[in-house]
Amino acid sequence: MRITRYLTLWLLLVALVGTAQAQQDDPARSLLEALASASYAAKGEAIDAIVESGDARSRAWLEALNDGKLQKNKKTGQFVVVLANRGRNWPVEDALSGEPLGEMSRRELDRIGINNALRGQLRSTLAVLDLYVDNPDARLQAANDLLGQVDEAMMAPLNAVRDQESNEAVRDRLTEALAIYRLEQGDPQAIETLRGSLHPEARAALNGVVAGADAKLAAEAKAALSGIEQTLKINRGVETLYFGLSLGSVLVLAAIGLAITFGVMGVINMAHGELIMLGAYTSWGMQQLLPGQPGLAVILSIPAGFLVAGLAGVAIERCVIQFLKGRPLETLLATFGVSLILQQLVRTLISPLNRTVVTPEWMSGSLVINDALSLTLNRLYVLGFALLVFAALMLVMRRTRLGLEVRAVTQNRAMARSMGIRATRVDMLTFGLGAGVAGLAGVALAQLTNVGPNLGQSYIIDSFMVVVFGGVGNLWGTLVAGMSLGVINQVLEPWAGAVLAKIIVLVFIILFIQKRPRGLFPQKGRAAEG
Amino acid sequence: MTSSTAITALPSRASNSAMSPSGMWLTRPFTERSTRLFLGVLTLALALVTVLHLALPEGHALHVSSYTVTLLGKYLCYALLAVAVDLVWGYLGILSLGHGAFFALGGYAMGMYLMRQIGDRGVYGDPVLPDFMVFLNWDSLPWFWHGFDMAGFAFLMVLLAPGLLALVFGFLAFRSRVTGVYLSIITQALTFALMLAFFRNEMGFGGNNGLTDFRELLGFDLRSDATRLGLFLASGVALALGYVVCRGIVASKLGRVCVASRDAEARVRFLGYRVERVQLFVFVVSAMLAGVAGSLYVPQVGIINPSEFSPLFSIEVVVWVALGGRGTLYGAVIGAVLVNYAKTVFTGVMPDAWLFALGGLFVVVTVLLPKGIAGLMTRRSKPDNPTSLKEATP
Repeated sequence: MRITRYLTLWLLLVALVGTAQAQQDDPARSLLEALASASYAAKGEAIDAIVESGDARSRAWLEALNDGKLQKNKKTGQFVVVLANRGRNWPVEDALSGEPLGEMSRRELDRIGINNALRGQLRSTLAVLDLYVDNPDARLQAANDLLGQVDEAMMAPLNAVRDQESNEAVRDRLTEALAIYRLEQGDPQAIETLRGSLHPEARAALNGVVAGADAKLAAEAKAALSGIEQTLKINRGVETLYFGLSLGSVLVLAAIGLAITFGVMGVINMAHGELIMLGAYTSWGMQQLLPGQPGLAVILSIPAGFLVAGLAGVAIERCVIQFLKGRPLETLLATFGVSLILQQLVRTLISPLNRTVVTPEWMSGSLVINDALSLTLNRLYVLGFALLVFAALMLVMRRTRLGLEVRAVTQNRAMARSMGIRATRVDMLTFGLGAGVAGLAGVALAQLTNVGPNLGQSYIIDSFMVVVFGGVGNLWGTLVAGMSLGVINQVLEPWAGAVLAKIIVLVFIILFIQKRPRGLFPQKGRAAEG
Repeated sequence: MTSSTAITALPSRASNSAMSPSGMWLTRPFTERSTRLFLGVLTLALALVTVLHLALPEGHALHVSSYTVTLLGKYLCYALLAVAVDLVWGYLGILSLGHGAFFALGGYAMGMYLMRQIGDRGVYGDPVLPDFMVFLNWDSLPWFWHGFDMAGFAFLMVLLAPGLLALVFGFLAFRSRVTGVYLSIITQALTFALMLAFFRNEMGFGGNNGLTDFRELLGFDLRSDATRLGLFLASGVALALGYVVCRGIVASKLGRVCVASRDAEARVRFLGYRVERVQLFVFVVSAMLAGVAGSLYVPQVGIINPSEFSPLFSIEVVVWVALGGRGTLYGAVIGAVLVNYAKTVFTGVMPDAWLFALGGLFVVVTVLLPKGIAGLMTRRSKPDNPTSLKEATP
């Protein structure tokens, strides 16, 4: 029963599509018919008509026409595109539907001929053809590709297109493209147009003029260039800041869980990096469970990563840390052992090789601000996510019962216990919370880097540095420290190199600790006495 | 230089009474039962290995191969490093997660000497420049490589390079009273930063590949069995000397101040002792011992590269000490030899299991065996805790 129903539905669908196709093809067919007419003048008009139709297949038709591969079947009157014109029988496809039609003998086909005048028209038409499509983004892309590519033959059609263009961005781009050509021809007014342009082609054209023979023009171009350089410098500054904040957000995410366990509980958790790794692997595992739905997987892996890492954290607290109360150095060693075990576990159970997590479509790509500045979207999301996690944690610590109890136990354990707070339970939950946040960091990191067994190791020292730099037991300190370390690192990188920048930052923190042993924002009052 | 300032820094009260009945601080250890036992066992082991290596023919069941001799020599270097760590952790309460850096610096100083000894026998045959510099198209020796063709200077640098780093780092850290986990973390950052630095080719230490392809030490061919045996014995002697020096420090008045500041730093300060100077002195001595261990390690394994700086190695050393029993010195030796023997066996038989075993060791030792193997032994014989303040008085 079911099969027949599907079949009927399928047939219905095919019929529908078929009629839609046929109806749509009616005007297109007449366009091609006009091309096949005898007079070259009529053919010229037919080409213009095709361009103005904005049909998506125009380019294929016109290119085939230019190559002499657009042909007409003598018998059926069907228009075909020849795919390869060697030998007797040529493979062809339908010009309208694009379906392959097998091979046809060359005798069956009639070539649509063109002359030299038409060839010239075709060449400049093809260059501006993409500017006729309906999608403004595609038009902008086409205009971008034209920069520096304009020649004499294209001037006229381009000017015409620009005057008709409704989208401002595309129009500006076309003006720029034309100005670059005019500048190359020695037009001083073009400099004025290019003054605000950040595109490398515009700069290349200006540089060409600076090196050229015309001294007056060269001076003007130089002035325009220095203005552009200034703008570029600002853009580069913004970019560095963005990368710095992005790196900082990763550091904050990695460190903030540590800030809770280390700062609030006084527990050194060397396995923190591996909890981050668990979160990242959860993200990867979720994608394996939901193939083809990376977006959903990312969203689901946020709570899943929190739970997996959080439960692992609770397990570590129950099995190891609770027996080492008040012995921070021993805790450090024991959790380091746990980190080794977790790493090896992942190597043995999953693979020692790195895994890649697919970035969902809405997170990939970048936000283009101008020619010199575009911000990658995934980093922007991670930045936002870090701030969100931070705000949520602040809320938990400040506004919830758990937060209150955690703060009470931190300040005076004995007093808190005598007020009826179950300190061991609070310890467990705090550690679970810190570990869960590490899991969230892992989910975010999986979007930026490969997921591998060594993922956590590369962040553990940095995270400790952030916590120590910011001041133990202070979430705001962690935020400020993470962001500023990220920015400092990115600012240093261009002139010191990535490795040296990292070393400088580490040495800076080591020296900073000498000066202010309790970090940027030391705890004050009773909490500091512990 | 460092030692004199630090020792005179102690209040005169301390140095006066250091001339207590049992005489000089360096000879006092020999009156202790544990030291005599340790030295006896060590001498016996060295003699046994030498005899089994030389007297028995190859193929004999009890013959100790040249490979094993070198392996044992490596263990002895690790043991000396562990003793150095135990000195600061067990008696000073400073958990250094960066002692691998001092070990590696000593190793690099020795490596640079060995590199210069290659002379024109390298692949590129340059009489002065080591191979990797020729490869990097450098035309002259960097300034810090000068002098390393002289053995005396190189051996001095084995002590001075780690000592100076420890002096500067310790001075800054102890002066601003950075202690506990903070100190642990920044020592880890220190060795991490050094690892990154030494990985760079521009540093002039061979980058990623480090220094290798050594030929001879003081004219002895490093590949001959006799030299290997000699290096093994030298490591044993160095371990014995290092042990005696540490024991001497620990048993002296200075040592008692150390232990006191470990247990109650503020009180010792209020009693008028300059705790930070005591800490600095012991820290520098420990770093130098680690440097010596590194310098003997390098000719035996034939390579030194930045991985010795890795934080994992430094923290592994700490677990040797923890397993053996901190604050006993001989426990550190036991721990180092045991763990490394286990590592050799494990990585040979089932490499995957080693990290599980090591990780498990960290957890088990800290949770179940806070006093390590030495703690088990002393608990059985008599309730004697060599580290506690009361018992340390001879």
